Amino acid sequence: MSRFTTDTIPAGAPDELVTEAHYRLVDLPGGAGRAALITLDNGKDHTKPSTFGLGGLKSLSAALDQAEAAAAAGEIVAVAVTGKPFILAVGADLTGVGQLTDREQARVTGQAGHDVFRRLGELPVPSFGLINGAAMGGGLEVALHCTYRTISSGAGMLALPEVFLGLIPGWGGAYLLPRLIGPASAVKVIVENPLSQNRMLKAKDAFGLGIADVMLEPADFLAQSLRWAADVVKGDVVVERADVTADAEAWDAAVAAGRAFADAKVRGAAASPYTALDLIAAARTSTRDEGFAAEDEALADLVMGDELRAGLYSFDLVQRRAKRPVGAPDKSLARPITKVGVVGAGLMASQLALLFVQRLEVPVVMTDLDQERVDKGVAYVHGEIAKQLEKGRLNQDKANRLTALVSGSTSKADFADASVVIEAVFEDLKVKQQVFAEVEAVVSPECVLLTNTSSLSVTAMAENLQHPERVVGFHFFNPVALMPLLEIARAERTDDASLATAFALGKALKKSCVLVKDAPAFVVNRLLTRFLGEVTAAFDEGTPFDVAESALDPMGLPMSPFVLLQLVGPAVAFHTSETMHQAFPDRYGISENQRRIVEAGKTVLLAWDGAKPRIADDVAELLVLGDSPSTGDEVRQRALDAIAQEIRLMLDEGVVAEPQDIDLCMLLGAGWPFHLGGITPYLDRTGTSERVTGARFLAPGVASVPTA
Amino acid sequence: MPSNRAVRDVVLVDAVRTPFGKAGANGIYAETRADDLVVAVFRELLRRNPGLPPERIDDVAVAATTQMGDQGLTLGRTAGILAGFPRTVPGQSVDRMCAGALTAVTNLSSGIGVGAYDVVVAGGVEHMGRHPMGEGMDPNPRLIAEKLVDPEALFMGKTAENLHDRFPHLTKARADEYAVRSQEKTAKAYADGVIQQDLVPVSVRSASLGYGLATVDEPPRETTVETLAGLKTPFRAHGRVTAGNSSGLNDGATGAVLAAEEVADELGLTKKARLVSFAFAGVAPEVMGIGPVPSTLKALDRAGLTIDDIGLFEINEAFAVQVLAFLDHFGIDDDDARVNPYGGAIAVGHPLASSGIRLMAYLARSFEAHPEVRYGLTTMCIGLGMGGTVIWENPHFDGKKDA
Repeated sequence: MSRFTTDTIPAGAPDELVTEAHYRLVDLPGGAGRAALITLDNGKDHTKPSTFGLGGLKSLSAALDQAEAAAAAGEIVAVAVTGKPFILAVGADLTGVGQLTDREQARVTGQAGHDVFRRLGELPVPSFGLINGAAMGGGLEVALHCTYRTISSGAGMLALPEVFLGLIPGWGGAYLLPRLIGPASAVKVIVENPLSQNRMLKAKDAFGLGIADVMLEPADFLAQSLRWAADVVKGDVVVERADVTADAEAWDAAVAAGRAFADAKVRGAAASPYTALDLIAAARTSTRDEGFAAEDEALADLVMGDELRAGLYSFDLVQRRAKRPVGAPDKSLARPITKVGVVGAGLMASQLALLFVQRLEVPVVMTDLDQERVDKGVAYVHGEIAKQLEKGRLNQDKANRLTALVSGSTSKADFADASVVIEAVFEDLKVKQQVFAEVEAVVSPECVLLTNTSSLSVTAMAENLQHPERVVGFHFFNPVALMPLLEIARAERTDDASLATAFALGKALKKSCVLVKDAPAFVVNRLLTRFLGEVTAAFDEGTPFDVAESALDPMGLPMSPFVLLQLVGPAVAFHTSETMHQAFPDRYGISENQRRIVEAGKTVLLAWDGAKPRIADDVAELLVLGDSPSTGDEVRQRALDAIAQEIRLMLDEGVVAEPQDIDLCMLLGAGWPFHLGGITPYLDRTGTSERVTGARFLAPGVASVPTA
Repeated sequence: MPSNRAVRDVVLVDAVRTPFGKAGANGIYAETRADDLVVAVFRELLRRNPGLPPERIDDVAVAATTQMGDQGLTLGRTAGILAGFPRTVPGQSVDRMCAGALTAVTNLSSGIGVGAYDVVVAGGVEHMGRHPMGEGMDPNPRLIAEKLVDPEALFMGKTAENLHDRFPHLTKARADEYAVRSQEKTAKAYADGVIQQDLVPVSVRSASLGYGLATVDEPPRETTVETLAGLKTPFRAHGRVTAGNSSGLNDGATGAVLAAEEVADELGLTKKARLVSFAFAGVAPEVMGIGPVPSTLKALDRAGLTIDDIGLFEINEAFAVQVLAFLDHFGIDDDDARVNPYGGAIAVGHPLASSGIRLMAYLARSFEAHPEVRYGLTTMCIGLGMGGTVIWENPHFDGKKDA
């Protein structure tokens, strides 16, 4: 197969923001000779990091043509590659991938990248990757193809995150990285980190793993890198490389550990981690040609798969839609937030108070029914601030400041000058109505009243108030510090200024906000309750626990159904099911078994045999099970049919604007995986949406391989 | 209050500079910030002097003529933070136009002398591409209305023409010959590897060309007396002062470490020159080029020395005629080997506030090469009519009379 040259690399998409490879000769310090310095720069500042499309590959190819000619003529002793300020490059340009309809096109992209990048490692002179900033995917691969690497201690966002999206490092990373830093470290970078909320490396970590040969400070990184390169060229610095390919047993063990990790995370539901592991396994003994060809084939397969398309769709949702909530009113209508009130001092309310004080740095007043509860809540917040100080996340001055901002009272009088008051009290409509009435008596007419209710009607909560228009649903997910989603519900009378203030607050809290209608359980809890309700119903009907518990495994959800039920807690889950049954009796049932468990006061459902859960003996005694078991496939299909129906109804009701909002909620509120696309892409590609609701949710090509 | 306060000896520990560039859109530093040039110099000083714990630096003074933008924000402090100095090291800015770095050195040295400082860092920078001479200038109308200053005084080139008027025997031809020698001596100093020793390589960005690396001065050029003879005289029709016999408009930064001699010994630091005396003097602004004469006379007098005691001279070459005026006054030949042996500003450039320390770096090298010389001096003319001179003693002086 012939290699791609500058002329034969296909043209890129017309709207590609091309990363130019500027070629410039420099005199290396210390009289070491001249070097070719290639700077990757897409001409924009750091807010638009450089990526590689076909145009970018072409430009780099042209620069390498010049470098190869200069090296052959003896005019240079080294080649170096670096990026624009703060960015080396952040990967392949994925905007076009969503439109690819042809496996061959996908394979060509892989091959073109290989053919260009590999030349950095095949020059007659040494090459140096100068990692001056963020280097992800193809950006890091460029550096990996070089003979040597320097890294700036200020660089963050170093990763091969492809597996997170549903791809593999397809431009050499899966072959080169394990052969450079060993298989165990490579598995960490290529598989474990992406599957752990796409965790990335900082410079210190990357240097520690051996990704770079030397770490230099940012203030004069480039000049000092070239000095170091000069020393290497002159032989004054020698870099030792261990032969990590020698130990076959260690290699196999590392790959096996990687598979176990992937199993624990995705239960076989996503292909990309396993494909990456296969490539790493083969890398120990393949040649460069074999390794790169294998990456090309793997890339082509994955690109032509719906999982990757769903992954790209998900990535786009959480990067862009999450930051510009659809339907939010004009930002300028938001009122400033100078003080926050929190009603309730239980665990949820305390978590909220902590989040507010950390992010907003304004006074936060907590209230509850008695002094003991108030003190406990305030003590929790103060304690968490102290923990942050201990971990070095805050300095003493900041800790003092935040601690002083949080106070508590049994009286709501301190809410008088609050900009916003949020209630997180017991989930009962009358209790919440009472709380709002008491708060309204104290606060200004413009003070926005927020409710963290998960299933009650925000409209009903506001109906007896003098100013119902300032009430907004503001639903967090547990744990508040970690879960990014915030469902913001517009009630019947909510006005734009209050809604805008709620969105501004959500943004200040660094949450991803989605506008929802005031419908029972909004989006995430409504869908989860419906979906999991089918599983627990099948169990009640007589499906064996193991079968029901593992029925959803092919989806690769973060938690199996009964483990999730345990996490939510039987009482909360049952209470929610009652609320939903009242709202939609035909579709949401009540499990008598769950009622019995809650009335018996049981909080622990499961017992564990190692990693395998089973129903705890004392709970099993309470259960009355039917004699109509279903198979795992039947359970799963039934649950999927139910969720498809529910989503269609929600869209028709206008609970959210579009399927993209449903998916964003499931991705960020329930942690559902990228390869499902949240949920609607999966329902579409399995034919469920069409069969159950008469139509797809998304047009072909939006989150799936387009029909050509 | 101690009545027997002793003045301490001050030594120049080290001096470095960035390569100098040509000001303007096509110059090597067109897209480089002035403060980043200072940072490069500071970090190089620490690297070269590992025996100096940074927390021992008692003050940092950086000079720039135009203290705005990337040359503002109290550079001595800001550049220290950017360079990674400990937060406990304070900093200041200084201005005496062309003699900024020179003044930073003399100010801080005085502090060492009275025992307020042990170790200091002085520097100077001018990015004349970003901050042309006179940027933001707003002269008080009284200067002209009351004839306090001749209008020509604000234009350096015209003051040089005025010097030619005052000393008609200092002809254009002599100025051009001097200029060619400056270029030749610079080229030889490069060929001999002298200049490179005190240069720090600086990465330079060009958004259109990509990153590059400045390793040598950009301005030097090969030229001849014939070529120089044909150049325009922009400051006066049929004048004598040309771009070829003056220094250009340039970008660059310099830095130096100074210490009390006893502290340098304690820390095992190098001693490249020892401060003997310094002086500044004012002259009529319209002949500012003559400034080095009175400042040198004053400094010699303070030191109890005469011009004959001076074995090496580093004279800033803002204009060839101004150097010649100085040499003429003291009866020194135009091509005396003791004068600017490694060339000067006509060849490498004169980024205004930075040059004083460049003179010291050059003097330190020639001190090393000439242990038979005991005293040297660094002197420069200064805008608005001044001169500044520092007299130094050679630490390598071996006591032998010259051969």
